[in-house]
Amino acid sequence: MTENGDVTPLVQMENVNKHFGALHVLKDINLTVSRGEVLVVIGPSGGGKSTLCRTINRLETIDGGKIVFDGQVLPEEGKGLARLRSEVGMVFQSFNLFAHKTIRENVTLGPTKVRRQARAAADTRAMELLERVGIAAQADKYPAQLSGGQQQRVAIARALAMDPKMILFDEPTSALDPEMVQEVLDVMIGLARDGMTMMVVTHEMGFARRAANRVVFMADGQIVEENTPDEFFTNAQTERARDFLSKILTH
Amino acid sequence: MDELIKYAPDLAEGFLENVKLSLVAAVASLILGTILVAMRVSPTPVLRAAGTFYVNVVRNTPLTLVLAFSALGLSDQLGLVFSETPRTNSFWIVAMGLSLYTASFVCEGLRSGINTVPLGQAEAARAIGLTFIQSLTLIILPQAFRAVIAPLGSVMIAMIKNTTVATAGGYLADAAAVMKITFDTTGASIPIFIGLILAFMALTMPIGYFTGWLARRLAVAR
Repeated sequence: MTENGDVTPLVQMENVNKHFGALHVLKDINLTVSRGEVLVVIGPSGGGKSTLCRTINRLETIDGGKIVFDGQVLPEEGKGLARLRSEVGMVFQSFNLFAHKTIRENVTLGPTKVRRQARAAADTRAMELLERVGIAAQADKYPAQLSGGQQQRVAIARALAMDPKMILFDEPTSALDPEMVQEVLDVMIGLARDGMTMMVVTHEMGFARRAANRVVFMADGQIVEENTPDEFFTNAQTERARDFLSKILTH
Repeated sequence: MDELIKYAPDLAEGFLENVKLSLVAAVASLILGTILVAMRVSPTPVLRAAGTFYVNVVRNTPLTLVLAFSALGLSDQLGLVFSETPRTNSFWIVAMGLSLYTASFVCEGLRSGINTVPLGQAEAARAIGLTFIQSLTLIILPQAFRAVIAPLGSVMIAMIKNTTVATAGGYLADAAAVMKITFDTTGASIPIFIGLILAFMALTMPIGYFTGWLARRLAVAR
């Protein structure tokens, strides 16, 4: 976890609070993510997992507390915020590929428009990334022509094209047909092995066991428990976590 | 029929003015309408309020009043002069008034187009680090335009027909003005009416077909 010898955490959240109207969705969240760490966030629906994930690139604002990314407090808006977002990849549940652009254009848009890279260099890099996620043959198609699993792999390539310091995965396999889940997880496991810092909100316990360094269990807006995957799945400390695990692991 | 044949050259010359006004107003209203919609969806409250105010005032004012205000208020009273030649000046005053008026409809058409673009598109755009303007111009508006090509075609058709009230802005050279002058000498002529109706249909019907075709061709598959 000390890649490049830099031991400061990549993400530090201190007493983060957020409300949606009367609903208190994040309650005094304290969490750090180290460089190179793969953190899996699990827990019941409505527990605040996605919201937590989305506060890190400020797609959700917070009402109180502090989030520091790579030594810098999150900028509130403007150019600073855009630059921060360009350093944090994000993969959404519903893929959100740009519907009017080809697969290749989806991957090159960020590098050319945000990073001002030359078109040729961005194209070459895009094809390498699409090769890596196994979609190179579909580069000139539009998102709607691809299966969900393929679209999600393109979304991962789009995030990687920005050379992010971290990638956020907000339930990346929840909208997929069952037979397409594994192809996406395989790509994510590959990224984890390559040392990418990842925060993954998921219900895929298999992924958590195989790739995570740490599991965070969230319920009712609070972090109830955090532990290594082995410890968490075999020896959960809280009643809430044991109850949750008993419901999902029996299937 | 004789009147139509006799006055056809004058009427055609007038009709050409309608075409010229239409071309100017089409380009100007599409540009201004796009700027207005960018204001209406911007994160800056002042810009949003200004855009909303503009659209609500202009869209709800009768076009004849917009044109009369442009000519009598903006030009005569406040000294907005495009040209020393009165006829040329009137042309541009009317073109401006018509563009300002049509832009409010273009804006609202585009805004309903923006509402068809899923929120996730904007989130993905922001998540890769695009600025608000980049998200709007590269991701949101291109998809919004495609969703409202056909309704925008209707706005353009209405605008073309609206060129016939140019007289209200002091421009007395368009086909409707020429027709009225003709009628003052010959009396009302049904062939002239029908001739002008056919001329406008020849201009507007292809726009309807073309935008319908374009809308199908450019539809964004989701």
